[in-house]
Amino acid sequence: MDYETFDHEADIGIRGYGKTLEEAFENAARAMFSVMVDLSKVKPVKKFHIKAEAPDVETLLVEWLNQLLAIADLEGYLFSDFKVKISQDGTRLEGYAIGEPIDKERHEISVEVKGATYSMLEVDKEDERYKAQCVVDV
Amino acid sequence: MDLKLLERKGEYEWEIPKTSDMNVPGKIFASRRLIEDMDDKVREQITNVACLPGIQKASLAMPDAHWGYGFPIGGVGAFDPEEDGVICMGGIGFDISCGVRTLRTGLSLEEVKPKIEQLAEALYRKVPAGLGSKGKLSLSISEIDDVLRGGAVWAVEQGYGYEEDLEYIEEQGRMEGAKPENVSHMAKKRQLREVGTLGSGNHYLEVQYVSEVYDEAAAKAYGLERNSVVISVHCGSRALGHQIGMDYIKELYKAAKKYGIPIKDRELACAPINSPEGQKYFSAVAAGINCALANRQVIAHLVRQVFEEVIPEAKVEMLYDISHNTCKVEEHVVDGERKTLYVHRKGSTRALGPGRKEIPKAYRDIGQPVLIGGTMGTFSFILRGTSEGLEKAFGSACHGAGRATSRKQAKRVFRGERIIQELRSRGIIIKAHSYAGVAEEAPGAYKDVEEVVNAVHNAGLAKKVVKLRPLACIKG
Repeated sequence: MDYETFDHEADIGIRGYGKTLEEAFENAARAMFSVMVDLSKVKPVKKFHIKAEAPDVETLLVEWLNQLLAIADLEGYLFSDFKVKISQDGTRLEGYAIGEPIDKERHEISVEVKGATYSMLEVDKEDERYKAQCVVDV
Repeated sequence: MDLKLLERKGEYEWEIPKTSDMNVPGKIFASRRLIEDMDDKVREQITNVACLPGIQKASLAMPDAHWGYGFPIGGVGAFDPEEDGVICMGGIGFDISCGVRTLRTGLSLEEVKPKIEQLAEALYRKVPAGLGSKGKLSLSISEIDDVLRGGAVWAVEQGYGYEEDLEYIEEQGRMEGAKPENVSHMAKKRQLREVGTLGSGNHYLEVQYVSEVYDEAAAKAYGLERNSVVISVHCGSRALGHQIGMDYIKELYKAAKKYGIPIKDRELACAPINSPEGQKYFSAVAAGINCALANRQVIAHLVRQVFEEVIPEAKVEMLYDISHNTCKVEEHVVDGERKTLYVHRKGSTRALGPGRKEIPKAYRDIGQPVLIGGTMGTFSFILRGTSEGLEKAFGSACHGAGRATSRKQAKRVFRGERIIQELRSRGIIIKAHSYAGVAEEAPGAYKDVEEVVNAVHNAGLAKKVVKLRPLACIKG
């Protein structure tokens, strides 16, 4: 699995890995939505485009995740598939998320993620593998 | 927590000695057992807060403290604008003005018990909760602006509740100085259909009864006696409050750099109170507080309708409404001098002692009601504020039990269905939108609320008035 969650006292941590920075960002988004729902239950019905900017790559991760949550909240959607392109300097991002409207019966949602935070925020490269993580507020 | 790093100042007071970076010492109020189990991160975070400019007396943590964002959850910090004091995002948090409202029903346990199933089902149907739930209200952006300016006063004007409810809400239901123009369009858009919704996570609506009275006189003043049935609502400012936090953490991080404020943690992003950035944030927080007050007012009215429908003899009245993620401007005495301070309470309940002008007249001689939510299977408490608490902790107390087990761990250990069955066998009905959510919020995942409340009581921060036992709980 290229994504996982980890323990945090009151909330929960999310982590994505990838061969590229982009993949790590996409998998971090998967990890975040996996806190709310079993991703295999979310059908790819509609695509939403996202653009984000930040002073550095760590903040860019928080921006990316929070924009996903804002759109999901606004549209009443859950997402399970993601694609991003990140600028060379790690300050701009363009991409999209694919998912479907929330179906309370079928999705069996566990908890709402309210926001990605700067707590335990890390974006780095270890042994040719990128890692993107932070704690999310539930 | 490593006790060697603390100096014991009293049976329930532990000090983190001041170092050169710190402007004041740190202080934790807790029993020995609570402090031994407390995360070491609490000490680290209190220490970081103590380094912020203009902080008064001490950087404080309540007995339910745990690792938070910038401030610990259960953290209190008071700042003087005249001494370059700051307003800090981490001291307020993301769920701005999350809080508890308790309503009296005028009914006794005997009257409610035969109808409890019916009440629980009707409340579950009437009050929108859980992920993706939308309220019955659908507002326009300009109506959201009215909510942000008007708070619970707006809700009453719309027919949700009565004028007399307002006296029993902090700030009489409406925070001054709110500026909707300082709240982003995105924040407002996310709130259009969320006014009057409970949310998810640790938010709930509970029917409870008084199972024990500790202080007869205070209970009487609060309109309670043994077996009185009450309703408590725990929720906040929903997505709007969150978006304000997300938007301003970036602005305040820049401001901290601009004003040369050294911050040890990104979530301690802050600005001087007396700066355009600081005042702008304060006006957005005030708007967020009004959003939460309006939200609880609308929910309370829905609850009132349900009760009066199911049990026509019910007379649902406000007991009180408190917020536990706020920054409030208050007068306090520091070293014999009366000062106007910006008091940050992150996961801490205001607990003002007798005589304070902020307290409604009916309770002023007794002290402010301090509403402490427990977990769905255990107890909640109502305490009263004390003069000692004003002196020791700027009139602050704990806000709940505080988590002891992470959500991930709780989900591994507990099963939602089983918890619901177990509680039912003990006479507690749980209506939940998510089984996994119930597992994460299992009573066993929290600290012992009784131990936390006893520490608050024994430290003198607030005094126990009554204990509340749940009859039915609606979870998001």
